[in-house]
Amino acid sequence: MSFTSLTDADRAAMLAAIGVESVEQLFDDIPANVRLGRPLDVGPALSESELFDHMSGLAARNVDVNRELSFLGAGMYDHYVPAVVDAVLQRGEFLTAYTPYQPEMSQGVLQAIFEYQTAICELTGMDLTNASGYDGTTVAADACYVAKLATGRTKVVLAETLNPQVRQVVRTFAPGFGMEVVEVGHHDGATDPDELRAAADGAALAIFQQPNFLGVLEDAPALAEAANAGGALPVAHVDPMSLGILEAPGRYGCALAIGEGQPAGNYLSYGGPHYGFLAARQDYARQLPGRIVGETSDMQGRRGYVLTLQTREQHIRREKATSNITSNQTLLALAGLVYLAWVGPAGLREVGERSHALAEHAKRRLGLPVAFDRPTFREFVVRTGRPAREVIAECKRRGVHPGYAVGRDYPGLDDALMMAFTERRTPEEIERLAEALAAVGVQVAA
Amino acid sequence: MKLIYEKSQAGRRASSIPDPGLENGTAIPEGLRRSVPPRLPEVAEPELLRHFTELSTRNFGIDTGFYPLGSCTMKYNPRVNERLVGLPGFRDLHPYQDDEDAQGALELMWRLQGILAEIVGLDDVTLQPAAGSQGELTGLTLISAYFKDRGEYEQRREIVIPDTAHGTNPASVTMAGYTVRKVNVDERGNIDVDDLRAKVGPQTAGLMLTNPSTLGLFEERIEEVASIFHDAGALLYYDGANLNAVCGISRPGDMGFDVLHFNLHKTFSQPHGGGGPGAGSVAVRDILEPYLPAPIVVREGDSYRLDHDRPKSIGRVRGFGGPFGVFVRAYAFIRMWGPGLRDMSETAVLNANYMLARLRDHYELPYDRHCMHEFVVSARGLKREHGATALDVAKRLMDYGFHPPTVYFPLVVPEALMIEPTETEARETLDAFCDAMVEIVREAEREPDLLKQAPHSRPVSRLDEAGAAKRMVLRHHGGDD
Repeated sequence: MSFTSLTDADRAAMLAAIGVESVEQLFDDIPANVRLGRPLDVGPALSESELFDHMSGLAARNVDVNRELSFLGAGMYDHYVPAVVDAVLQRGEFLTAYTPYQPEMSQGVLQAIFEYQTAICELTGMDLTNASGYDGTTVAADACYVAKLATGRTKVVLAETLNPQVRQVVRTFAPGFGMEVVEVGHHDGATDPDELRAAADGAALAIFQQPNFLGVLEDAPALAEAANAGGALPVAHVDPMSLGILEAPGRYGCALAIGEGQPAGNYLSYGGPHYGFLAARQDYARQLPGRIVGETSDMQGRRGYVLTLQTREQHIRREKATSNITSNQTLLALAGLVYLAWVGPAGLREVGERSHALAEHAKRRLGLPVAFDRPTFREFVVRTGRPAREVIAECKRRGVHPGYAVGRDYPGLDDALMMAFTERRTPEEIERLAEALAAVGVQVAA
Repeated sequence: MKLIYEKSQAGRRASSIPDPGLENGTAIPEGLRRSVPPRLPEVAEPELLRHFTELSTRNFGIDTGFYPLGSCTMKYNPRVNERLVGLPGFRDLHPYQDDEDAQGALELMWRLQGILAEIVGLDDVTLQPAAGSQGELTGLTLISAYFKDRGEYEQRREIVIPDTAHGTNPASVTMAGYTVRKVNVDERGNIDVDDLRAKVGPQTAGLMLTNPSTLGLFEERIEEVASIFHDAGALLYYDGANLNAVCGISRPGDMGFDVLHFNLHKTFSQPHGGGGPGAGSVAVRDILEPYLPAPIVVREGDSYRLDHDRPKSIGRVRGFGGPFGVFVRAYAFIRMWGPGLRDMSETAVLNANYMLARLRDHYELPYDRHCMHEFVVSARGLKREHGATALDVAKRLMDYGFHPPTVYFPLVVPEALMIEPTETEARETLDAFCDAMVEIVREAEREPDLLKQAPHSRPVSRLDEAGAAKRMVLRHHGGDD
């Protein structure tokens, strides 16, 4: 390993130019009491090949989705990432650039973000979006802050069918924002518009998810209308992979649309890094957090792109900024853009339709009682008649991971198992799932 | 250059999606179905790849050339890290996989937690925060939880921040529900300790400090500063943006800091990807450990698990265990250096001081001291004498093939140019950059318009930023809009 370039001769010449005898002298400003005075205890330095072996050993101890047949979803999905995504992301000019503070040096990434912003607006039916958020959880906290700035109100309404991790993140940050959180329970896996309307009274925003965490399709237009009637900004948390076949939140009256970008172009990567998106109607342009790219022109009138609306941002406004965000997830958002350009409108519809068709096929094939008798997209919950955790553990011994134990987050649903179906699954694999479930005593159809 | 939407032709596509051979009937209610298809690009794969390759040629990364952007620590990103993060056992691991089937990932995270704690001299680490700014918000929320537990939260409403702080610090303070109390910087670039004494009291929750500061200077009276806060019952927060100066040399925990965030993407060489991803892991002294976000990776015997049972935890700050791919790269980077991390920091500081020595007679120097890993010079003289600003110098540097330094920051220095070479640059590169900086001074004397019209060599010339904010064109609209 050698990531520095200085020779002994270089060092000597450089110290002479500085006018010191040793590198030590450069640290004279550090008081003696706060110097370490011993080597760091971080393990011996490894050569690249030793490192590769060590890391390969660690990676080999993980059971990734290639090593078992997996129906795990619950917010992170095994959709295919095409090779062209990797090819673009490994371009060093994208991979190793910083935030584009100097636009003349960074037209490539600025135009890419502008194209990403366009794609997200097209998917969600919104007017504008930022250059991405950290993930699908933090953009919900961002939405709360936007709504507080826009409405001056402090109540946050969350549907209980919103992803549990999203709700947890909102609850962590809401008190610091000076906001309080109320939740609206579900009935048979879906949110009741009348209950949402009552809770939304005097609230800053109401966030619901479509399709919701339990896989169920909410009556999203009715929920948006209910939030609006209560005076709260309607916010939909949506899955980009559903938006080839499900209605865009902008077309049913949402003020903001947020979501987790992972399924569109990012690997699972044990939870990250991924990207979140936060799109809005024009009215909220000046409250949005994070980077936004805008079109402009240069001194010769040529089209170009810059970071814009920076008077919202922390480096200009400091304590009066709309958020503290500096980094976003540009590289992962770029992966999202490349993916969306790869699938195109027809491919996105096909991925949605085929994932949905596989899930519907599995519903019929397994014949298990569904936990919620409602339409679903590519994921649904069944009752297994025994604790889902046990079913999962036993199926895994047969090389099949049947899904997510809903009881982890929803008390009283201990025998509920949620299974996800992407376009990568096949009818034959659904047969293997049925066999594994049958073998561990779950009453699947013959 | 055209947008990908402008290259789009109806009917073209790159993707092929597997057909399961099932009937395409839909169980989706009519009222929930998409009414108008999204206008995504319609291109074939060759055109798709060429489009993004062409875009990449209009961009500049550390792989392209020298990128001395102050406070951003633009060091070489080892390529082996990209190979490692692409190992299927990491890349294709579902985050809800059972702990027993994610032992390699959990061990990596557990080891990284321990290594990071050792590097900064603190007790415990959460890897969950997504970026530096989120680490700040997490750290401040931990401070809130600590004071709530002690019944002092209502009383302690202020966080002290020096003028030289990154803008993220005051913004995070506001978002965490605190008030910013500013403290001045003295003539040596240190915190003005007399001013500080007057501003710290029973209303103080803590200090947020970057050390070395954004001036690239180490706080010489850090022990005294720490005791002022601790004597007042307040806590000290360390912004880890400049940690690259002191690894293996001096540890924030030993300086008296109680909580800090790392920028794994700076110090430990996560490629920054044009604006992210990063990671803002947070380390704390033991008094703050009970409040750390859940889950934390714990070791039991020879196995590892995610511990969700943390009753005093502030809760979750991000999905799952954090940005795992960033952990893979940071851990790999640290393991390749080992205890040599000290050499990394020493070399970064040597490189910075060498550049400072070469530039000090050509630009104004606001604080005449040895710097740490970065330094700030001022173009005030150029502006006064030739009308050329720090921005003009930055733009002209592009014509010499360099990414400009950070400009107009920190705010306490007029016409600031903040330069951070990092440890990975060769002496020839440092010399070439300094030669260009000196030549630009001569150009300003002879031909100031050369600077004011710069850059001359990029795909676009200087862009109208004010016009962009006014016009607010934030997406492409098709011809029919």
